[in-house]
Amino acid sequence: MKIGLYPGCSLNGGSREYKESVNAVAKAFDIELTDIPDWNCCGATAAHNLNHDLSLSLPIRILAIAEQNGLHEIVVPCAACYSRLTISQHEVNGDEELKNRIAGIVGLPYTGNVKILNVIQFIQDHILDKLSEKIKTPFAHKAACYYGCLLVRPHGILKFDRPEDPQTMDEVMKLIGADPIDWAFKTECCGAGMSVARTDVVGNLSGRIMEDAVDRGAEAIIVACPMCHSNLDMRRQDINKSLGKDIKTPVLYITQAIGLAVGISPKELGLQRHFVPVIFPVENVQNTIKVN
Amino acid sequence: MSSHSIYKEKSLAHSIEHDLQVSVAKCYQCGKCSAGCPVNSEMDYPPSVVIRMLQTEDPILEEKLLRSYSIWMCVTCEMCYGRCPMEIDIPKVMDHLRELSLQEKKVNPKAKHIVQFHKAFLDSVKYTGRLSELGLIADYKMRTFALTQDVALAPKMIARGKLHFIPERIKNKLSMKNIFKKTINKKEKPE
Ligand code: SF4
Ligand code: SF4
Repeated sequence: MKIGLYPGCSLNGGSREYKESVNAVAKAFDIELTDIPDWNCCGATAAHNLNHDLSLSLPIRILAIAEQNGLHEIVVPCAACYSRLTISQHEVNGDEELKNRIAGIVGLPYTGNVKILNVIQFIQDHILDKLSEKIKTPFAHKAACYYGCLLVRPHGILKFDRPEDPQTMDEVMKLIGADPIDWAFKTECCGAGMSVARTDVVGNLSGRIMEDAVDRGAEAIIVACPMCHSNLDMRRQDINKSLGKDIKTPVLYITQAIGLAVGISPKELGLQRHFVPVIFPVENVQNTIKVN
Repeated sequence: MSSHSIYKEKSLAHSIEHDLQVSVAKCYQCGKCSAGCPVNSEMDYPPSVVIRMLQTEDPILEEKLLRSYSIWMCVTCEMCYGRCPMEIDIPKVMDHLRELSLQEKKVNPKAKHIVQFHKAFLDSVKYTGRLSELGLIADYKMRTFALTQDVALAPKMIARGKLHFIPERIKNKLSMKNIFKKTINKKEKPE
């Protein structure tokens, strides 16, 4: 069966290693992923902050094109895009009048029957069965699974995992040989889209997340969202400044961790694109840089 | 619904009930939303206070909300909604307040650069169908003249293959133009 892939703008740009690792893992498990043709941006935070109809129309165009191309199931690795697509589908499908109006704006027929999977659901449905037998080098590290906001909330609409102390990523990580830790910031917010407009806020929020994970012994942070990744990885300097520490704990997409465990090369998984190098063991330095 | 609404005809609480099917009257001020909100310390009114202000249906407080910084600081993390015992969809209310604040030109001066960022983002989507990260940062920095550490990040991003110089474009650009024309750019005259 062909599965559609909605990469979204991040995976096509600044977070290309996420797409590279999703594709590399799919290939290793003989899964055919097809990019949704001529896909557009989901509108992200900007659209729903400024205009409701726009925030529905952009995702519905994507889903309508998937339908047109006979893609009944699509995987959306970016947690933020997954949230926008799922929430829009839920809202539009639940209101016939709205559905017709938005389909009219988009200018395409839309029935609303595409199944949307986040990256963990994709792994659960298509990879998990065969995962254990393919492990070559177990990912034998203490891992803090960081779910962030949009994979698990709002639960009423997404109906995925549980909103407090979720476990699905932890279960996958156990299967590849990791030791997932208990920690307090699994679903706290990293500062998300404030990365450019209020970098200081991101430094604070992401700093608290990193600090708790590291204090509890995490050797790697595992994520499933390009915003979480760039805030914890690319903004590490801001985080270290706000903490007065030099934390070198790497941040990996879950597909990169799986990829390493099944023997895919670091380069194919895009590890060289990270700001914080993926090197074990991690040597963190406490209280080096003193700012403010 | 509007015929037997418990709210005053013209209040924000009324339009929120009517347009979003969210009833702010259900809130009993337990404060869980504000306690869990990651940006509460940055806000002039934390989420439970926003809901309380809406409950009063007082036009003066409603005006304060539309001019507040809170509505623009909210990052839609969905924590408040996830924890609210009455399942009040606060992020949806925030979206509604932001849209009204923008329409009525009441955006808090401190939040202008956040709005500029969203606008720069949507401009990229409108013209290319996708987000060009380089274009976004350049456009946003031009609009706000805020040249900060992001300029220092650019070369490092380029070294890691993370910035595209030529923006990606979708083929069906007309479809994007039409979507924008029928939604956020409704009031603009057609070209
Ligand atoms: S959590 Fe819900 S009920 Fe409690 S104060 Fe917030 S909005 Fe009101
Ligand atoms: S959605 Fe907004 S108001 Fe609610 S907790 Fe998150 S940032 Fe705070």
